Amino acid sequence: MVNFAGISFKNPVTLASGTCGFGRELSEYSDLSELGGICTKGLTLHPRAGNPAPRSAETPAGMLNSVGLQNPGIDEFIKTELPFMRTLGTRIIANFSAASVEEFALCAAKLADSGVDMLEVNVSCPNVKAEGLAFGTSPDAVAAVTSAVKSAAGNVPVMVKLSPNVTDITAIAKAAEQSGADALSLINTLLGMRFDLRSGKPILANGTGGLSGAAIFPVALRMVYQTVNAVRIPILGLGGINSADDAREMLIAGASLIGVGTALFRDPDIAGKIAREMKDSRE
Amino acid sequence: MNTLYRVTGSAKISDNIFSLVFDAPAIAKRAVPGQFVHIDCGLPLRRPISICDIEGSFVKIVFEVKGVGTTRLAERKHGDLIDVLGPLGNGFPEVSGRVLLAGGGIGSAPLLYAAVRSGKNCGAVLGFAGASKAILTEEFAAVCGSVQIATADGSLGHKGFVTDLITSDGDYSAIFACGPRPMLKAAVDRANELNIPVYVSMEERMACGIGTCLVCACAAENGGYKRVCCDGPVFTGGEIKW
Ligand SMILES: Cc1cc2nc3c(=O)[nH]c(=O)nc-3n(C[C@H](O)[C@H](O)[C@H](O)COP(=O)(O)OP(=O)(O)OC[C@H]3O[C@@H](n4cnc5c(N)ncnc54)[C@H](O)[C@@H]3O)c2cc1C
Ligand SMILES: Cc1cc2nc3c(=O)[nH]c(=O)nc-3n(C[C@H](O)[C@H](O)[C@H](O)COP(=O)(O)O)c2cc1C
Ligand code: FES
Repeated sequence: MVNFAGISFKNPVTLASGTCGFGRELSEYSDLSELGGICTKGLTLHPRAGNPAPRSAETPAGMLNSVGLQNPGIDEFIKTELPFMRTLGTRIIANFSAASVEEFALCAAKLADSGVDMLEVNVSCPNVKAEGLAFGTSPDAVAAVTSAVKSAAGNVPVMVKLSPNVTDITAIAKAAEQSGADALSLINTLLGMRFDLRSGKPILANGTGGLSGAAIFPVALRMVYQTVNAVRIPILGLGGINSADDAREMLIAGASLIGVGTALFRDPDIAGKIAREMKDSRE
Repeated sequence: MNTLYRVTGSAKISDNIFSLVFDAPAIAKRAVPGQFVHIDCGLPLRRPISICDIEGSFVKIVFEVKGVGTTRLAERKHGDLIDVLGPLGNGFPEVSGRVLLAGGGIGSAPLLYAAVRSGKNCGAVLGFAGASKAILTEEFAAVCGSVQIATADGSLGHKGFVTDLITSDGDYSAIFACGPRPMLKAAVDRANELNIPVYVSMEERMACGIGTCLVCACAAENGGYKRVCCDGPVFTGGEIKW
């Protein structure tokens, strides 16, 4: 059991937003009730179609993605996905983002009402212009979003997901803490690019995308470590975790929960394996 | 969930094209033509490859070496274990009546299993850059009622596009097409002119292969995007925004 921002998790292993959908497909490959929790695909007030393809490119130790927050919208999520997620037997963390402070508050109110266990405020998506990242790089904007979400969320704990695409992550972390955030999650993807040698054009239709996977693991460890020493609220550490040893290393850096994302694409049961291995070694 | 299977055969079948057979009862039992498998090549992302044929518990794939993943796959030998997820996606539908299979290049490979399943009740038109690039022509000839070849340089069969061979002859009630996007578009246009239902197998870069990550987006005719890995890879011609 891990107590994290007032919520009990059966173990520290969670699934990262955008890498597990709403759990439906993955549940055929992995028993999600063995996990601490699952973060939903990033939700928005209205449905979003997402970016044109290609949306991904492999990199030497990871991948770039530019999905662009494709999602069915919060109302549809609550109607068609959440009832199924409730049957999974794991904590549900609703990840969402918005285009303005008011919209963040509106989304938070709807999601808090829906009965999810926790909110994860994505102020850091690198793939959506004029949304997340703009907020995620300014301490004042993060403070404004966090306060607005907190007052709309009632008793539901609020976790703010931070962008690594900043000069000093601790300044943003402190702004979120001072505005009432109950927890932080980091890191989101690092902004990157790849070009096609033959055409000379970017591989991603969006031009740039977010780098995830093993390549970003040391960056995630460093940022979690710096942030743990700057704030008192607990941290969900993620970015490039591929094994139980990686998860343990993230806990040593100071995280209380860990998230598994890109590694699921190679092994849809990797988070289950990590949870089982960590449990065995504790017993 | 076990995803490790034993390789039982590998061969170079043309310039840059290889076949690999592995013993995977769990995949063989469920696979339908047009589905694919997602193969771990020791890289961050798996590689999607269509099922080319099934014999008993043996699954055959045929692939062209393009980059690091397919290079590694081509090095797999008899006795090696490979890590394979599948069968994945929606394959070609079962249709009553005769089916015309239209393949372009390596896109011919996934149609072989459709041919095996429909037997003499199907015809195949296969297009290649040249005679030296032609693959699986004997395998198709062994099962199909008729096989016609087109090559861009005229070195084998009809000189021109494979879609030139899609005609009203043969009384077909459906067309299954697999190949490069421009060829699929041409096949859909031909099918529409002939008023025959057409199913196309689409390709897009993938990560998860099972429907969770949304990177395999294909623009849909009625707006938004479809997931190639689980809404497809086989779509009706009309579902795609060309
Ligand atoms: C549903 C489906 C079925 C396929 N069936 C076959 C088949 O039967 N035979 C065959 O030869 N090829 C097939 N392909 C294409 C095959 O997946 C790519 O050629 C292969 O992934 C290239 O990998 P690589 O590491 O050699 O090349 P790299 O260029 O090094 O690959 C880099 C990244 O790009 C992706 N990528 C590159 N080209 C493609 C492509 N054309 N389509 C999708 N992803 C790509 C790779 O998966 C990888 O993530 C299929 C693709 C899809 C989507
Ligand atoms: C395909 C894909 C989609 C993602 N979508 C979201 C999203 O909607 N919201 C979000 O906060 N993070 C999203 N992320 C970021 C992940 O949740 C995670 O922070 C990041 O990938 C680092 O972890 P990893 O290296 O274990 O994947 C996405 C990542 C990937 C690879
Ligand atoms: S490859 Fe992940 S949804 Fe299709």
